[in-house]
Amino acid sequence: MTAITQIRRNDQPIYLDYQATTPMDPRVLEVMMPYFTHKFGNPGSRSHAYGWEAEEAVEKARGQIAKLIGADEKEVIYTSGATESNNLAIRGVAEFYKDRKNHIITTVTEHKCVLDTCRHLEQQGFEVTYLPVQQNGLLDLDVLRAAITDKTVLVSVMAVNNEIGVIQPLAEIGKICRERKVFFHTDAAQAAGKIPLDVEAMNIDLMSISGHKIYGPKGIGALYVRRKPRVRLVAMIYGGGQERGFRSGTLPTPLCVGLGEACEIAMKEMGVEAKRLAKLQERMLKGLRAKLTDIVVNGDLEQRIPGNLNISFAYVEGESLMMGIKNLSVSSGSACTSASLEPSYVLRALGVEEEMAHTSLRIGLGRFTTEHEVDTAVDELVRHVTKLREMSPLWEMAQEGIDLKSIEWAAH
Amino acid sequence: MAYSEKLIDHYENPRNIGSLDKNAEDVGTGLVGAPACGDVMKLQIKVGPDGLIEDAKFKTFGCGSAIASSSLVTEWVKGKTIDEAETIKNTDIARHLALPPVKIHCSVLAEDAIKAAIADYRAKAQKEEPKEAAE
Repeated sequence: MTAITQIRRNDQPIYLDYQATTPMDPRVLEVMMPYFTHKFGNPGSRSHAYGWEAEEAVEKARGQIAKLIGADEKEVIYTSGATESNNLAIRGVAEFYKDRKNHIITTVTEHKCVLDTCRHLEQQGFEVTYLPVQQNGLLDLDVLRAAITDKTVLVSVMAVNNEIGVIQPLAEIGKICRERKVFFHTDAAQAAGKIPLDVEAMNIDLMSISGHKIYGPKGIGALYVRRKPRVRLVAMIYGGGQERGFRSGTLPTPLCVGLGEACEIAMKEMGVEAKRLAKLQERMLKGLRAKLTDIVVNGDLEQRIPGNLNISFAYVEGESLMMGIKNLSVSSGSACTSASLEPSYVLRALGVEEEMAHTSLRIGLGRFTTEHEVDTAVDELVRHVTKLREMSPLWEMAQEGIDLKSIEWAAH
Repeated sequence: MAYSEKLIDHYENPRNIGSLDKNAEDVGTGLVGAPACGDVMKLQIKVGPDGLIEDAKFKTFGCGSAIASSSLVTEWVKGKTIDEAETIKNTDIARHLALPPVKIHCSVLAEDAIKAAIADYRAKAQKEEPKEAAE
């Protein structure tokens, strides 16, 4: 294993947003490089050595991806990323089976690309059930069981949530779906390479994977499509019939090779990396709790990937905190960072009150995060939360023992 | 989001943070906004015997633009009569700080906060000296 070293320049902020994207592992870039230059062939060219060389490379990478999730390489198709994979899986299945079944089940905390695809299908006449989640962010299996009807064709539940990092009970969901003869799709963009996944043991029929969340390149992803029992899809992109007709278009050889290598590295190092990140996660939380009161971790802390913390710093608005911690790159559940001015729908789905949702930060730790960076982040957070609390009228009232809920606020 | 230098300066070096005695007769307190909306401003003014605002303090829960807007208005109201202070418009605040369009509501809230503080001061004054209430 290569040493975990700092890859950012010293004038760059500390990167703590690994759920948004990850830097490419230098080892990944290295294997990609020749396919940008002298190994430039089209993997679809069957008539000469350039094509054969490229084909061999994309097929090797396909095998590396398949191995990470316990699949057969014939069951993996390349896409442009998890958004396309999710679109293809959900729309593809819905449209293929629409004469027999027209009901889809998903959860309210899915990524926008799943929710938006489902909304689109609703407009086309499909029925979609959006299941609530429990306060810890996890799906209640009894609620899922009760939602399945004889019209249900697909259950789509994300493996790991992008905001709060919680891990859904995939094996249990897969078992229920298999028993009820319903396809199970999981958006594993945040899970692949972070937690062990096995499409056989977990009865997963379709799985979306993203390259840039696992230290691979942006612009590439994969969709696992089960062959036995066979899952059929209607293609979204028409053309030369590449990828078994599921996804036409010339394969981007360097990106495919990069995704494959990223999967192979993740598979080899997942165990060690998860332990290291769990220590960093604990270090950060302990550091914050030692110096700050009134902080709440959103989402289950146990059923969670170690590279995520989503914390509400009560009485301090998230965007103002982000403006202060200039040396840290994190993201906020406060919507003041977006145009919508609505706080995170994921946090609200957990029943986090709006005022607490406005105070939340998502902190993502990853392969290149160091102990020193965590300590620096803790110091900066403590300093700015303390400063902002001193100027917060809510903090002042709370210290005076005033119940903020007893006040009639004029909503605006 | 790129903010103006003036806005960042008010965020990083906020003027007049703190609290005045909200029970004092010469202090008017305005508390506007709601935690669920992501911003709450408390703005206080202390009016001298000459009718001029001699001190102003604020505390704000909100984004950087909200903090900067409230910091700015505490500077602006000092030395003004309450009638003059009442004429401060949210558009002046937004223009001075070059607030982006999605942050205009922060300047509206700051204007509301001054008005609420003035109204509170007047209500107290009215109780004390009914004659001056017509002012």
